[in-house]
Amino acid sequence: MESATHVRVESEVDIVLARQHGRAMAQELGFTTGNATIIATAISELARNIVQYAKHGEVLVGRIENGSRKGLVVMVRDQGPGISDVERAMQDGFSTSGRLGLGLPGVRRLMDEFDIHSEQGRGTTVTVTKWKV
Amino acid sequence: MAVPILKQGNTLIASIQSALTDTDLLVLRDVLLEQVGRYRSIGVIVDVTALDVMDSFSTRTLRDIAHMTRLRGAETVIVGIQPDVAFAMAQFGLTLEGICTRLDLEEGLSYLSDRRGPGSGG
Repeated sequence: MESATHVRVESEVDIVLARQHGRAMAQELGFTTGNATIIATAISELARNIVQYAKHGEVLVGRIENGSRKGLVVMVRDQGPGISDVERAMQDGFSTSGRLGLGLPGVRRLMDEFDIHSEQGRGTTVTVTKWKV
Repeated sequence: MAVPILKQGNTLIASIQSALTDTDLLVLRDVLLEQVGRYRSIGVIVDVTALDVMDSFSTRTLRDIAHMTRLRGAETVIVGIQPDVAFAMAQFGLTLEGICTRLDLEEGLSYLSDRRGPGSGG
């Protein structure tokens, strides 16, 4: 990830700041407004998981290049309780809070690449990428 | 940031002016639910034109607003979902099934007044 910028996420106001930051970066990189909205939606969802489950963490947004392809990569990480069953968390409708799902399946549908690493008691890192078309 | 709520006849119009935090959305839900009773409203319009993102939380809260106000006898119409937001919601898999949506405030108002029928006041 080149030239990543980061937003600390500790409260729900930071959810809004993080997604606005992601949208601004996406527009700077020349993404369509549609894809900028998609990126902002994914960040909103992932940042909310931090606030709800881990209390604090961070969102890193950076540009990425693969040959001639350019894209935007978002890393959302925390040192919270971690997800006990990642496979289940990736299924629609799963939630440990009993209210809302983690939104992870939706985020995976929004983005081109999705990677999650979670360790119980150590935290969760979700990395998502959107390529410019 | 508080969402201004306008009372027009027996309709409440909530115009979201900017990006909202989760708490702002929950406050809007509670205020609308309370005002439906206080003003004996039978229609509620939530204008989301200025909402930057509709994620699972905001979609869920709008759905709750529609269901709760319906239980109190008022129909909620969500207006102003922007094309990019609709695109992202569809990709995400978020729906507002069973909830009335209209293009914009004008369409929302005309839908509610049609439902009331001619001569019913407004």
